[in-house]
Amino acid sequence: MDRHVIELKGVNYRYDKEQVLSDINLSIPKGSFLAIVGPNGSGKSTMLKLILGLLKPRDGEVKIFGQPLLKFKEWEKIGYVSQKANAFNSGFPATVYEVVASGLTKKAGLFKRVERKYKDEIMSAIKAVDMQDFVYRNIGELSGGQQQRIFIARAIVSRPEVLILDEPTVGVDAKNVQTFYDMLERLNVELGITLVLVTHDTGTVSNKITHVACLNNTLHFHGSAADFEQVKDHELSAFYGHDVQTIHHDHSHGVH
Amino acid sequence: MIEALLNYEFLQNAFAAGILIGLIAPLLGAFIVVRRLSLIADALSHVTLSGIAASLFLSKTVVAFNGLNPLWLGMGFSVAGSLLIERLRSVYKHYQELAIPILLSGGIGVGVIFISLADGFNTDLFSYLFGSVSAVGRSDLYLITGISIIVLLVVSLLYKELFLLSFDEEFGKASGLSTKVLHLIFMVMTALVIAASMRIVGILLVSSLMTLPVAAAMRLSRGFKQTIGLSVLFGEIAVVVGLISAFYLDLAPGGTIVVSSIIILLGAIGFRNWFAVKN
Ligand SMILES: Nc1ncnc2c1ncn2[C@@H]1O[C@H](COP(=O)(O)OP(=O)(O)O)[C@@H](O)[C@H]1O
Ligand SMILES: [Mg+2]
Repeated sequence: MDRHVIELKGVNYRYDKEQVLSDINLSIPKGSFLAIVGPNGSGKSTMLKLILGLLKPRDGEVKIFGQPLLKFKEWEKIGYVSQKANAFNSGFPATVYEVVASGLTKKAGLFKRVERKYKDEIMSAIKAVDMQDFVYRNIGELSGGQQQRIFIARAIVSRPEVLILDEPTVGVDAKNVQTFYDMLERLNVELGITLVLVTHDTGTVSNKITHVACLNNTLHFHGSAADFEQVKDHELSAFYGHDVQTIHHDHSHGVH
Repeated sequence: MIEALLNYEFLQNAFAAGILIGLIAPLLGAFIVVRRLSLIADALSHVTLSGIAASLFLSKTVVAFNGLNPLWLGMGFSVAGSLLIERLRSVYKHYQELAIPILLSGGIGVGVIFISLADGFNTDLFSYLFGSVSAVGRSDLYLITGISIIVLLVVSLLYKELFLLSFDEEFGKASGLSTKVLHLIFMVMTALVIAASMRIVGILLVSSLMTLPVAAAMRLSRGFKQTIGLSVLFGEIAVVVGLISAFYLDLAPGGTIVVSSIIILLGAIGFRNWFAVKN
C-alpha cells in the first residue's frame, strides 16, 4: 500500500475559458487530516471533483492509492460529502436509514440488497453521528445540521479509508460546528480515516488538522499544520485581504 | 362482476392487464416523481401516440403491417423518444425542460398527420387514446406481461442503484456508479411502461397512473419503500375500481381510473390534514 492515499501531479483544469487550477502538485499522506483553505472561486471544489473522478484533468495525473484514476475501481474506499449535499430535494420521501444505506451501493455490489444485510453497519454509522433517535424520520424533516450529519453517516457507512468533505459546516449553526469537528477528529484519530476537508473555519479546526493546503488557482502553501502556523497570517491575508478576521469568527460563508 | 369475469375472455384480459399495469406504472412512477420527470413521461406518451397512429395508417396501406399489433410500433416510438429526449437534454443543457414541449408537440403533430392519412378517427384510435375494457386482446396481454416481467426484474435487481440515482446523482457518480447507463435504462423502462399502460388507461392519461398514486402515497408514507408500496396499492385500487365502473357504466376506463386516482389523492390529502390537526 502506498504511503500517500491521494497524489496530484501537474494537474491543470479549466471549465470553459478561465484556468481554474494550474499545475497542482499535492500528496496526501495516509492517516492525515488535511484542511484545504482558499477564497471562494479558488478551485477547491473543482480539485475535490478531480480527485473523485467527477471531472477529468486536462493534463497531469491523479493517483488514488497509487493507482491512476481511470484504473481505480474501489470507490467504496472513498467517502464524499459534497458542498451541495444539503441542497437535495428536501421533499424526497426517504428515511434516514434509507439514505445512509445508499452509501453502501458500491460496496455491496450489483444485484445485492443492502438494507437488511448491513443493518449493523448502517446503525453504527448513524450512531457515529449521534442521530440514532431519528432513524425512521424522513430526511426532509430534519434540520440542516442534522441532514449534514446524515450525509456524513452515508459517507462513512462503507468504512472508507479516505473521507472528503467540501465545506460541510455551511448551514450548520455555530454552536454545533465545534461538536461536528470533534466528531471528525474521532474519525481521524480513532478510526484512522484520512480526512480531506475544505473549510473556512481554520480557527476551529487548527488543533485537529495535521496538514494544510492553501489554494488560489495554484497551490500557495502545502505542508504540515505546524509549518502553516508560521506563515498563516501572511498566507491568509494574501487570500482574504483585510477580511482575515472573519475566517476565525464567522462561520456563515455562502455556498459557491 | 365475478360471473361476468368468468364468462368473458375480454374482461379477463382487461383485468389481468389492468392488475399488471396497476403494479408497474406506480412502481416506476415513484422514481419518476421523485426525479421530477413526470412531464417527461407525459411527453413520451404523446410520442407513443404517433407510433400507434403510424401503425394504424400502415396497417391500411402496407400489407406487412396488417395484423401487426400497433403496440409494437408504439413501443418502438416511445423507446426512440426516450433516447431522443436525452439527446435534446444534452443539446439544451441549460434549458433541459425544452425537451418536453419539443417531444410533446412533435408526437402529436406526427400522430395527427398519420391519423388524417388513415382517414381520421375511428373507434380503434379512440380506445388507444382513452383506454378500453373490451379491446385488450390476448396478444396485448402477452406483450404487457412481458414488459411487466422485464420492469419488475430490472427494478428489483437495480433497486439500490436507482434509489441512489434518484436521491443524489453526484454522490452516485462519486461512488463509481455509471449514472448515464443507469439513467438510459430507466428511460427505456419508462417508455416500455407507457406503451404497456396505454391499452387500459389510454395514451393521454398514461402519466396519471404513474404520478397520481405516488402523489397520494407521498402524503402518507415514511421512506421510499413505503412510498412505493402505497403507490402500488393506490394504483391497483384505482385500476380495479376504474375498470369495474367502466364496464358497468360503459365508459372509457382511462376516465374512470383517473377519477378514482384523484378521489384517492384527495382522500390522502384530507386524511393527512385531519391527522395533522388531531395531533
Ligand atoms: N460547472 C462549472 N462550469 C463552469 N465554471 C465553473 C463550474 N464550476 C465552477 N466553475 C468556476 O470555477 C471556479 C472555481 O470554482 P470552485 O471549484 O467551485 O471554487 P471553490 O470551491 O473554491 O469556491 C469558479 O470561478 C467557478 O465560477
Ligand atoms: Mg466550493
